[in-house]
Amino acid sequence: MHTFLDCFAFMAGHFGLLLDRTIDHLLLSAAAVALALVLALPLGVWLGHRGRGSFLTVSVSNIGRALPSLALIAIFLGLLGIGFVNVMTALVVMAVPPALTHAYLSVEQIDRDVVRAARGMGLTERQILTRIELPLALPVLFTGIRIAAVYVISSATLAAVAGGGGLGDIILNQVSYGLSGVIAAALWVAALALAADALFGMLGTRIARGRYGGGR
Amino acid sequence: MNSAADIVFDEATKTYPGSVRPALDALSLTVPAGEICVLLGSSGCGKTTALTLVNRLTELTGGDIRIDGTSIREQDVIALRRGIGYVIQQAGLFPHLTIAQNIATVPQVLGWPKPRIEDRVRELLELVGLPHGEYGDRYPAQLSGGQQQRVGIARALAADPPIMLMDEPFGALDPVTREHMQDEFLRLHAQVRKTTLFVSHDIDEAVRMGDRIAVLAEGGKLLQYDTPERILHAPADDYVARFVGTDRGLKALTLRRLSDLTLEPYAGGANGTALRADDSLRTALSALLAAGADRLPVTDADGHPVGTVTVDLIREAA
Ligand SMILES: Nc1ncnc2c1ncn2[C@@H]1O[C@H](COP(=O)(O)OP(=O)(O)O)[C@@H](O)[C@H]1O
Ligand SMILES: [Mg+2]
Repeated sequence: MHTFLDCFAFMAGHFGLLLDRTIDHLLLSAAAVALALVLALPLGVWLGHRGRGSFLTVSVSNIGRALPSLALIAIFLGLLGIGFVNVMTALVVMAVPPALTHAYLSVEQIDRDVVRAARGMGLTERQILTRIELPLALPVLFTGIRIAAVYVISSATLAAVAGGGGLGDIILNQVSYGLSGVIAAALWVAALALAADALFGMLGTRIARGRYGGGR
Repeated sequence: MNSAADIVFDEATKTYPGSVRPALDALSLTVPAGEICVLLGSSGCGKTTALTLVNRLTELTGGDIRIDGTSIREQDVIALRRGIGYVIQQAGLFPHLTIAQNIATVPQVLGWPKPRIEDRVRELLELVGLPHGEYGDRYPAQLSGGQQQRVGIARALAADPPIMLMDEPFGALDPVTREHMQDEFLRLHAQVRKTTLFVSHDIDEAVRMGDRIAVLAEGGKLLQYDTPERILHAPADDYVARFVGTDRGLKALTLRRLSDLTLEPYAGGANGTALRADDSLRTALSALLAAGADRLPVTDADGHPVGTVTVDLIREAA
């Protein structure tokens, strides 16, 4: 209990340091999430549009679920050695399954009659995608982005192992910062993950609500 | 754009991949410009297949379909579809777009100028009985099933296509709304005269809606293509006879109105029991039976007497 309170003293005393590491942490996370989205979203949306690929997303997401994220990173680093690129790769690999699954589902779950009507009235495949499918997919798509972001922010702590910086630097360095520093940084990571969750959640509901004019 | 075109099915055949028997087997029939042709049959006999072959949501595997003499195979598929209105059972409205935006979709992708699109949307909403001021900015979820289907029809008519394809458009509506929508569509069709292919599994609907009825059976075989009168009076075989039902004699009466008969002279009669000249013979017979009478007075829409109908007159007409 004592150390728990001490950690707030640590936060007050090392605010600059925490802020600095937070920025590193977020930049690293953002880069990993962005890279994962660039890979996963177009593929997932395309598979959803074609109505194919359920097997793929199911298996990919199961791999993602079956392997705890930290273990995944450990395997990665064990296999490939520690290094910034490898940590980044591990984070991206973790973010892809939820992003890909949700991108696929976001399009695949759209009422087939709606798409059939669009195609039947002579919209091109591109118009079906941009005018109909993507707007209807956005809420679920955002859920995928949100989950990917939370995964990555909580796991980016591991970057410190590879000298990647971020809040992990503090968490993994009890010698320098003491137990209160470790707990303080860990709390910050948790807070960041929660904040990202809330932020994307809010964006998602805004998008969903802005249009539809009430439930179905 | 021309207001109607004829559709010719020429041995049109579809065999789905992985299936040995065709879903539609060498269908040949002509739908004259401006008429409503009902594709009638029980579930799985190839009605939807026949319909979607026309707008190439399904591709032919044999034979041909021609619209105004031009094979659909020779046309760009997107241009072909934009010239064909398509209405499906659950309307398939775009839930994220307003009613006005839904209807404006095809004119938009055709690149119509904005004012023309707005005028057209207004005109169509008026046509289907949903005033723009009240409904234009609503979303599909805020409309009843019947209203959604009206919007579906307005959307299909947006670019004034010569052809309408309707796949069980009223199938999901309750019986009262369905009958109302059938009447509305007939009224609307009388105004716009689109060549219409209308899928139904309901003989009563087919008799009401169709200028002609194509009865399809399992395996996509055409059993009979004829006017509703001929289908009811002279079914081609036992299957058609069974499909149209043992009460086909009564159904046939729905096709004729009292005004079609040469009535006996007006001779007075019980007030309040009078039939109207635009009542069907079926309604008249029902009224005669209910009243336990063998003759009833008939008036015009304004209540002026026009004659007397008798049970014998109806029997002769049937
Ligand atoms: N996309 C498809 N792939 C394979 N078979 C199909 C497909 N669509 C329809 N069928 C089959 O073709 C037959 C006719 O179907 P359909 O035209 O939908 O009938 P209906 O509209 O009269 O109920 C059915 O046996 C159905 O299972
Ligand atoms: Mg069908």
